[in-house]
Amino acid sequence: MYDFKALYEARSVAHAAELLTEHPQAVILAGGSDVLIKMREGKLAGVELVSIYGLDELRGVSMEEDGTLRIGSLTSFSHITKDPLIQKYINVLGEAVDMVGGPQIRNIGTIGGNTCNGVTSADSASTLFAWDAKIEITGLEGVRVIPIQDFYIKAGKVDIRAGELQTAILIPRESYEGYKGNYIKYAMRNAMDIATTGCSVNVKLSENKSTIIDARIAYGVAGPIPMRVPTAEAAVKNQPVSKETVKLFADAVLADINPRTSWRATKEFRQHIAVVLADRAMTEAIRLSGGEL
Amino acid sequence: MVVGKSYKRIDAYDKVTGRAKYTDDLCGKDALFARILHSTIANGVVKSIDTGEAEKIPGVVKIVTCFDVPKHCFPTAGHPWCRDQEHQDVADRMLLTDRVRYYGDDVAAVIAEDEVSAVRALRAIKVEYEERPFVLDVMEAMKEGADQLHEDYPNNILKHTMLRRGDYENAIKEPGLIKVEGWYDTPMVQHCHIENFICYAYMETDRIHVVSSTQIPHIVRRVVGQALGCHWGKIRVVKPYIGGGFGNKQDALYEPLCAFLTTQVGGRLVKLDVPREETFVNNRVRHSIRSHIITHLRPDGTIVARKLEAYSDQGAYASHGHSIAAKGMGCFPQLYPCPNVEADSYTIFTNKPVSGAMRGYGIPQAMFAVESHTDDICSRMGFDPVQFRREHLMPVGYVDGFSKNENYYDSFNQCMDKAIKYIDYDRKRKEYQNQTGPVRRGIGMSVFWYNTAVWPISLETSSCRMVMNQDGSVQVQLGETEIGQGADTVYAQMTAEVLGIPFEMVHVMTNQDTDITPFGTGAYASRQTYTAGFSIHQTGTLLKERVLKYAHDLTRMPVANLDICEGNIVRTSDGRVLMSLGELAETALYSLENSQHLTAESTAQIKTNAYSFGCSFAEVEVDIPMCKVKLLNIVNVHDCGNLINPALAEAQVHGGMSMGIGFALSEQLLFDEKTGRPLNNNLLDYKLSTFMDHPHLEAQFVENPEPTSPFGTKALGEPPVCPVAPAIRNAVLNATGVPMYRIPMTPHQLFERFSEEHLFEEVDG
Repeated sequence: MYDFKALYEARSVAHAAELLTEHPQAVILAGGSDVLIKMREGKLAGVELVSIYGLDELRGVSMEEDGTLRIGSLTSFSHITKDPLIQKYINVLGEAVDMVGGPQIRNIGTIGGNTCNGVTSADSASTLFAWDAKIEITGLEGVRVIPIQDFYIKAGKVDIRAGELQTAILIPRESYEGYKGNYIKYAMRNAMDIATTGCSVNVKLSENKSTIIDARIAYGVAGPIPMRVPTAEAAVKNQPVSKETVKLFADAVLADINPRTSWRATKEFRQHIAVVLADRAMTEAIRLSGGEL
Repeated sequence: MVVGKSYKRIDAYDKVTGRAKYTDDLCGKDALFARILHSTIANGVVKSIDTGEAEKIPGVVKIVTCFDVPKHCFPTAGHPWCRDQEHQDVADRMLLTDRVRYYGDDVAAVIAEDEVSAVRALRAIKVEYEERPFVLDVMEAMKEGADQLHEDYPNNILKHTMLRRGDYENAIKEPGLIKVEGWYDTPMVQHCHIENFICYAYMETDRIHVVSSTQIPHIVRRVVGQALGCHWGKIRVVKPYIGGGFGNKQDALYEPLCAFLTTQVGGRLVKLDVPREETFVNNRVRHSIRSHIITHLRPDGTIVARKLEAYSDQGAYASHGHSIAAKGMGCFPQLYPCPNVEADSYTIFTNKPVSGAMRGYGIPQAMFAVESHTDDICSRMGFDPVQFRREHLMPVGYVDGFSKNENYYDSFNQCMDKAIKYIDYDRKRKEYQNQTGPVRRGIGMSVFWYNTAVWPISLETSSCRMVMNQDGSVQVQLGETEIGQGADTVYAQMTAEVLGIPFEMVHVMTNQDTDITPFGTGAYASRQTYTAGFSIHQTGTLLKERVLKYAHDLTRMPVANLDICEGNIVRTSDGRVLMSLGELAETALYSLENSQHLTAESTAQIKTNAYSFGCSFAEVEVDIPMCKVKLLNIVNVHDCGNLINPALAEAQVHGGMSMGIGFALSEQLLFDEKTGRPLNNNLLDYKLSTFMDHPHLEAQFVENPEPTSPFGTKALGEPPVCPVAPAIRNAVLNATGVPMYRIPMTPHQLFERFSEEHLFEEVDG
């Protein structure tokens, strides 16, 4: 039995925006795999809920005319993994969200919920950071699109204002064209777990596969929100594809990341793992791009 | 033969289709909901409780605080009652307590019309505490000046026992001895049975009826009677199907409180359904044990003298108490016999959740210490671990002076031989020498010691009733409970075997009801098949005698020439079928000349015990930079005597191996050093291993018939968990050269140890 005050079911995105405006304290309910846990813990006792789960218009992956990949916010993890556009252009995102929880959670959980939850460990988030994703937010006033780095404000807090909901995640063509990526989830078990650290790397190699044209790396749980690591990215730009470059890249991540000691893991341990993950994810991204080390 | 075949579980279809009824399925819809208020300090005293605001919440029926309950203590351990006062379980629990001894202690209870109102009331209750300093570590708890949890137990030591053989101090003076020493730590883990603890209670006439997810209904009746201070016959306890227990439910948990709560609301039905978070820390956990072992050997490997000190973390209340550490110490001089032994074990109170029974009862902890140490000896002295064990393990013919258990067969070698063959040990051991890369493989093993049942420490008794129906089929009732292990199915097989009837003609009454079921002490100690075997054999023989006597009345054939075969009365002299058992039974019930109700009931007291031995071999891949162990292969081989049902035996081993894998690699309950608060009492943060963390689990058997059992069988319930962790640990040692001294071997632990041993530099270089 859950302790809540009211549940309003939205019939359309516009209706959802109206309900959220009428009930500014209400929490948005999508798949519910995060919200119901908080309710059970008593943190949201007496909450009002606006369910958007019935809005099929927010489901599915499509390509816009300019080549932007559009992922509806209610698209479930399992649908993202199996989507042909995702598999063709940003397969790593499908792999990343396939590491969330277990099969049931991946069927109910949505990528919108995963990002709106605002936690640093979300399996989709570091990969979306690494791909320079944009977030589409809809309210009564209209639609605004912001970079994912601006969407995350602080731990548990994202840029959704009263009366707004996240409606899509967008990956621009220039972000993915020519890039291959790899995500490594580092957790204490192989399923049903939250990342101790997650690392997503993608890379664009020169045509002859000898030079790194561009590399992007993002972490979950290296700080209070998912983060990019600019020092490491800059260090390998236009550098030769080699083991030394990979090592340079991995060691450079320590300049930017700021993991903390908690009962879950010490700072030293997290730093050690972050370096190993950067090395391995970069190695794999280079291999996927046809490069040789 | 019915025994020895893999019959399908008699409850399989009901459980798979959801027809099987568990406690919550049986509870009436009009039940009131009870929830418990747990302390938010780890040590201290409740000064006052303000329930004013909580009582105003709609739906709240009654709030009971620690100031409202009877002021006498009761024991909770699921042991047979000991009539000798000296050896009784420690009575240190009250229904609710104003003396808080751990973070989460029970200080009040709310009864409400629904769960939401009950939870709202919990949040609204205000408790004023007087805090005292708390202690989480056993070594700290024993120090002078540590706050005392219980009167009468100075230095927080619940009990200290010792064991002496020969003269340790003198023996170690022998010149040329090599000394190997180590500390081995095991974690506090929880059973994580799929069904949380749940019970409900109501009153009819002047009796209290309790339905509970328990392993031990007859013991719970006694404890509820003791807790409420009423005649034990006033209490009725029913045990339906349960979703696992693993020892947690071998304790009276909240049945006494629930029984008390119904008396506070006029006997109305009250349900106490414990959430997972509370099951983790407010039921029972496994004793965390620190073991210190020293072995002195001659260069040829002869063990000259050994020393063991074990410090067992009891948590806040006595529960099963020192029995766990004592059992672990008991096997120490038996497994590797040695003339000079000095062993001490201590059980110590700390401000943590209460440790009780858990699958293996001290032996998984003892085996981690002893068998890790055995490989430390081998690694130090250059011996092959298998060969060392062949030379030094308990020999055939060994008899333990206390239990009188005898090692009748060469079980250790037979089991190791099977495992070696399956896992290709010799080849891999050679192949894995001298690895240098970042990812390395290793293979390791461990044996284990176990015994069956609790004799002679405690009473062993089993009672059985058989009632024959009109068609010759039979109902069977036993006090030994089905808790998911498949007991009912093997009881049906054994009954069919003794009576000479087909398996399908036996109906096992799965629910124990203390008003109806013959007295028995329940499911624990890997004893059910062994002990029930005695009473089934005895009662079946009695029933058969009555049937054959009646057959004689009908046929005039001498009883000596009659038998029951496949459900027929058969004349053994020529093999002729004289009538079916159904014809006989129908005649017996309806005969106008000689009507009889064919039944039998008897009690068997068992005054034997039996060794149950085996081993585990594990192969791992260690990714050094990633600080991860991947289990590639694992095999357990057991000699548990004759298998009554091979498929169920295999399943039992799989479950135990899985529990051992979690114990070795991932499971542990953690507490905040600053407050004593549990940090990970949920299934996300407590890393129970998942399907994805398991390789194929291989279970094999050696079947040497146990001479003391009517069916040649002995313990298998707990043994499978015992050797797994040290086998994996020894495989990690083989792969990396790094001995781990603490489980679970989490990435954090590996990071610490690999850093200490400079393994990362070695890999980088």
